[in-house]
Amino acid sequence: MVKWTDAERKAIKAVWGKMNVDVIGSQALARCLIVYPWTQRYFDSFGSLSDAASIMANKKVAAHGKVVLNGLGRAVQNMDDIKNTYAPLSVLHSEKLHVDPDNFRLLGDCLTIVVASQLGRAFTPDIQAAWQKFLAVVVSALGKQYH
Amino acid sequence: MSLSAKDKLAVKTFFGKVAPKVEDIGREALARTLFVYPQTKTYFSHWADLSPSSPQVKKHGLTVLNGVLSAVELIDDLKGGLLTLSELHAFMLRVDPANFKIINHNLLVVFAMMFPDDFTPEVHVSVDKFLAQVSLALAEKYR
Repeated sequence: MVKWTDAERKAIKAVWGKMNVDVIGSQALARCLIVYPWTQRYFDSFGSLSDAASIMANKKVAAHGKVVLNGLGRAVQNMDDIKNTYAPLSVLHSEKLHVDPDNFRLLGDCLTIVVASQLGRAFTPDIQAAWQKFLAVVVSALGKQYH
Repeated sequence: MSLSAKDKLAVKTFFGKVAPKVEDIGREALARTLFVYPQTKTYFSHWADLSPSSPQVKKHGLTVLNGVLSAVELIDDLKGGLLTLSELHAFMLRVDPANFKIINHNLLVVFAMMFPDDFTPEVHVSVDKFLAQVSLALAEKYR
């Protein structure tokens, strides 16, 4: 069971509250596809991903970014049981989507970068620590059902 | 994943913006390394104060980021140019090279915070590749 301090809960909800859910997910996913181009392997059906400009303009990337971020919102709402909340998602990513779980960490890092650029100095070391702990729990939960 | 001409140009341009704020950024990146990854504090047990406001953190953050800035000038031969620094890290400091990834991550976070408009995905990938090459060059003499 993951233990969250009051400060950590507050930090996660504060970051989430400041996020434009429609935009952040798309930016993070686009950034992931650009910075770690091998992640494009899962998106053959998305059309043109040939360069940074086309990735950032790609509507399917934008739409999927929103899906991913809404999924993250479920973890924010269920911080005390992320593992069970995400069990079906983990099965999906393993058995249907066949996503290498290392990709969750890569997307998480890109999300952190996007959040940092949105919050600027408000992304204090305390908040960064809480946010990264949260993402680590999410990443672990997403990988839990792989076998 | 070696650096293309485009990567080198992106790195030089971006670090030109970093240079005037080297003290601030260096301190922030080191402070976050120590705070968010507490295992890194084991290398600094001789410091009285490991908090983000510590004068030692400020001074050492500057040293580290100045090192990265000097690597930008040596971008065409990182292994050769960073040989002495590699020997220092390998034989004297003996920093586990896994920690290079940690400080690189925190540099990227601070870059994103301080330069939200300049640290585009394209700049991000070139800077990430550059920092990875710097880390490899620093680890060159380890074994």
